[in-house]
Amino acid sequence: MDSQAIATSPEHTPSVEHAHPPYLRHHFETVEQQREASSFGMWLFLLTEIMFFGGMFAAYLIYRNWYYPAFVAGSHQLSIVLGTINTAVLIGSSFTMAMAVYSAETRNRKALITYLLLTITLGLVFLGIKSDEYHEKWEKHHVPGLNFSVHDFVNVNPAYPDDKPLPLDMAEKTQVYFSLYFAMTGMHALHMIIGISILIILVIKAYGGSYTDGHVSTIENFGLYWHFVDIVWIFLFPLLYLISRHQ
Amino acid sequence: MSTASTIVKLPPQEGATLPKKSYLNSEYGLKSWLLTGDHKRIAILYLISITFMFFVGGAMAGLIRLELLTPQSDLMATDTYNKVFSMHGIVMVFLFLVPSVPATIGNFLIPIMIGAKDLAFPKINLLSWYLYLAGAAFTIAAMVLGGVDTGWTFTTPLSTHYLNTHVVTAGLGIFIAGFSSIFTGLNFIVTIHRMRAPGMTWFRLPLFIWSHYAASILMVLGTPVLAISLVLVILERTIGIGIFDPTKGGDPLLFQHLFWFYSHPAVYIMILPGMGVISEVISTFSRKRVFGYTAVAFSSVAIAVFGFFVWEHHMFIMGVSNYSALVFSLLTMLVAVPTAIKIFNWSATLYKGSITFETPMLYAFGFLGLVTIGGMTGVFLGSMGMDIHLTETYFIVAHFHFVMVGGMLMAYLSGIHFWWPKMTGRMYPEQVSKLAALTTFIGFILTFFPQFILGYLGMPRRYAAYPPEFQVLNVLSTAGATVLGIGYLLPMLYMTWSLKYGKIAGANPWQATGLEWQIQSPPLTENFLETPIVDHEAYDYEWLANKTQHEVQTVG
Amino acid sequence: MHIISPVLWEFLVNWLTHFALFPPEASGIAPYTDALYFFLVGISLTGLVIVGLLVGLFSVKYRKEKHPEAVQIEGSTLLEATWTIIPLALFMIAFVWGALLYFRIYTPPTNAMNIYVVGKQWMWKAEHPGGQHEINALHIPINKPVQLTLISQDVFHSFSIPAFRVKREAIPGRYTTVWFEATKTGEYHLFCTQYCGTLHSAMIGTIYAMTPDDYQAWTAGSTSGTSLAQNGERLFASLGCNSCHSGAATARGPNLAAAYGSKIQMSNGSYVTVDDAFLRNAILNPTMNQVAGYAPIMPTYQGQVSEDGLIDLVEYIKNLNSNYRVQQTLNTSQVQTPSPAMPGTSGSANAGQGMVKQ
Repeated sequence: MDSQAIATSPEHTPSVEHAHPPYLRHHFETVEQQREASSFGMWLFLLTEIMFFGGMFAAYLIYRNWYYPAFVAGSHQLSIVLGTINTAVLIGSSFTMAMAVYSAETRNRKALITYLLLTITLGLVFLGIKSDEYHEKWEKHHVPGLNFSVHDFVNVNPAYPDDKPLPLDMAEKTQVYFSLYFAMTGMHALHMIIGISILIILVIKAYGGSYTDGHVSTIENFGLYWHFVDIVWIFLFPLLYLISRHQ
Repeated sequence: MSTASTIVKLPPQEGATLPKKSYLNSEYGLKSWLLTGDHKRIAILYLISITFMFFVGGAMAGLIRLELLTPQSDLMATDTYNKVFSMHGIVMVFLFLVPSVPATIGNFLIPIMIGAKDLAFPKINLLSWYLYLAGAAFTIAAMVLGGVDTGWTFTTPLSTHYLNTHVVTAGLGIFIAGFSSIFTGLNFIVTIHRMRAPGMTWFRLPLFIWSHYAASILMVLGTPVLAISLVLVILERTIGIGIFDPTKGGDPLLFQHLFWFYSHPAVYIMILPGMGVISEVISTFSRKRVFGYTAVAFSSVAIAVFGFFVWEHHMFIMGVSNYSALVFSLLTMLVAVPTAIKIFNWSATLYKGSITFETPMLYAFGFLGLVTIGGMTGVFLGSMGMDIHLTETYFIVAHFHFVMVGGMLMAYLSGIHFWWPKMTGRMYPEQVSKLAALTTFIGFILTFFPQFILGYLGMPRRYAAYPPEFQVLNVLSTAGATVLGIGYLLPMLYMTWSLKYGKIAGANPWQATGLEWQIQSPPLTENFLETPIVDHEAYDYEWLANKTQHEVQTVG
Repeated sequence: MHIISPVLWEFLVNWLTHFALFPPEASGIAPYTDALYFFLVGISLTGLVIVGLLVGLFSVKYRKEKHPEAVQIEGSTLLEATWTIIPLALFMIAFVWGALLYFRIYTPPTNAMNIYVVGKQWMWKAEHPGGQHEINALHIPINKPVQLTLISQDVFHSFSIPAFRVKREAIPGRYTTVWFEATKTGEYHLFCTQYCGTLHSAMIGTIYAMTPDDYQAWTAGSTSGTSLAQNGERLFASLGCNSCHSGAATARGPNLAAAYGSKIQMSNGSYVTVDDAFLRNAILNPTMNQVAGYAPIMPTYQGQVSEDGLIDLVEYIKNLNSNYRVQQTLNTSQVQTPSPAMPGTSGSANAGQGMVKQ
């Protein structure tokens, strides 16, 4: 009575016996299936992340349309130098991450660990610069809700003497810009922090030789995540820092 | 049209024995449950936790109905009432309805139905359950610490600036529970794509899988938008950013857009898996392939796709542009069509069947009737001019309870009864359960039908006190709720009883065709000893008849 | 029953006489809404009966005892097409019908009298053009189109009159409108239907639909002395609006006389019809509502004028047909003779001027 599997005719019985590597989990038939499943899962997860950030991008689109002068003035308060450095740092970290994946594929444990550590360092550098920028925003009273003053916007911005100061009603709307600025970069930074935490675990496991035995999908998938976080920044940088910088 | 006829004989149940080894007794101890990766055990964990949350939400519903027995707000103060209905909504929507069928029955069955040993990511599956628990813990904490009175819709600027209750705690709870839902959906999609057994093509999948696939797409794409809107609400409340705050230049309607972008599809997250259950049950008890398999399968996908583009119909009276309202009303009408197709196809499945009326089938009949009413009243609300009068009244309350409670809960109970023998290896008691099904149906109609009339009279929702001429209908509704409450308590009692005393079910007590019925009940931890190879369509009763005959011959 | 327990009997009678099943039809639109309602009820019942009959009939005819052999049927494209197209057609009728009704309810006729309604936690405040204010009550004449201009001071509210079948959300920061024409005198429920906090269920009131004569009598009896427009004029002067919007050819601000209802060009090239919402926005967010040909010098009045004050100003500008009064006011304040009707005019006017220089 018990456990008759579904009718299988003998000629269909899978006869190919794979050597089961230790990282093949019991419910997968083949390594290939496991690898495909995990990368498919990762792509789906990135899709949910796109929807997550998508909500804020939608808000950005609407408000930028309504309050363009406020967005320009807000953008001109950000440091383009720090933003550019951070962009470079993140692209660099994406490169080291890609190299880490390559090292895992070529089963080079030492290189893998080095590149992962480099990625962590670059991630921390990014966060360091970001927190410095946040600190500056705090000191300049640009944090809506907690510490905000329209002072900088109803007066001429010394860095942009050609900009006309905003009338009070538009100056108030810079709060929307900074709300979006903090929400978007804050969520991005949160993703960086989560990424760095996972990287630390990966480094520890890589010491034990986990990802240099042919099982590269964890590193690969984490690479996808890291590149995604990088790409989000590639969008954030022009949208937040570079509004009307072409004159 | 093929016209082969089939007779499937039920096996004698007297001879059935419980298998010596199954997923239930493969390991013992609390730890073996709390750290399990087995989708079946996780399903049981979910079953227990969502049943608990259901009764928490149900108790709130009882309090609401008690308060509404009289026109004055005399049982509790209005702010207590507001907290009670908010908690009822939050618990029922996010902690019961959204995970109900997918996380329990779906979790249990999806791998088995497609011939896999487990979901693609067992650890993430377990993580989902823990996230659910954490979400539930936060929500209950919000309740215990003094409550939250935003309603489940968290409307800004009420939730961000005007209430001093535990909005942040409850918001975090929903945020976390949302990730549980995202991971469940993600797991299902990957499993359905990558883990199907050889021969299990897309059009051989049971309709249960199709509807879960559609619901999973909604979970994966919709829930993150809810998550971000809750994050923004929390940031607005704690820090004071101004994305939804009109005094800072933000637009509170934007929150409505973001919220309903998730919360309308969420309705389909709730109902689609229930529709999957109904397909299985109706097919099994009429011993027939579901009429128009492809149409039913694609209607699930159509609901999922259209479901994303109708959210603004929640905002017709909120000063949105008349022309955008026009577009969304049109799309709302379109999303009603696939549901109509499903209902007619299920009815047609009965044609020339060989029908029996076990409890799951009774619940399924209840589902058909109530969802027809629930769906049609949805057309009332999608029709813009009608919506002006009906929205924000008890009509809308009755409408979504017909869909959610009349539809989803009936489907959930139907499914639980149907697969109970598979999950536990034992039958539920048939007579009592039929009585419970009947009680639920009568109680339901009595509770919610008067609310349609109340709604047309104009009684607003979320009122603790109301004009005296509405009392008769409210008393009827409360009386119905009492009956309904008994209808829900009964299954819990006899299901628990049946764990020990129920008749032993055997592998396939219903003579159903799904892969899950071809293995032992309760199944082994690895589901199948050998990977099955599928060479027949879903609901192929001829194949089943031949197979049964074959078995009888070999055993005899 | 009355023999068994007189008390219970009395209770039951009392209960059943207070029993409503259908709301009164008291507005011009109500019969149209009800017609659509009965159409929808009709198709729902038809659908329900068809499904019920199918399920019932098949259950009897094809139950296992009678029909032990199930006949496997794949499906039928023709049948499925039928039950796709017929519901779709019915839903399309519901869509078109509903859309027509919606546009009718939310498009006020031009001759409608306007009443402003401000919602706040937890009361409705109605302001009639004649300056009559009422809380949680609204007096209206029958057989005359009435337009409500709604706004909320705090959270979302919703103004619902079931007997008229109309409802509109009152939203913080923007005007919404709805109109109706009462057809029967009487007292009707007014509800706030959008959940708005603790006393949501107490945010109710009464609509008094009266004959035009009674309404006249009521307006005469409950006037506060000054109309909204008069209040607006006072505010206009005290905020110093008249110093720029003087109507003179050399004025720094656009001429407001007869501006209401006209189409004007904005500085970004687009055209806007001047309505209540535009006027309110232009006062609060002048930078975003810059009229072409004028320098962007108008300061914002955000935070300086209450919603009531804004309504007064809007009503004043709406009724401003010539600049005679504006110039009168201007002259008065220039010669520094505060008239008793406009206390403190000059001081506030100077404050207003100071802000322009910013």
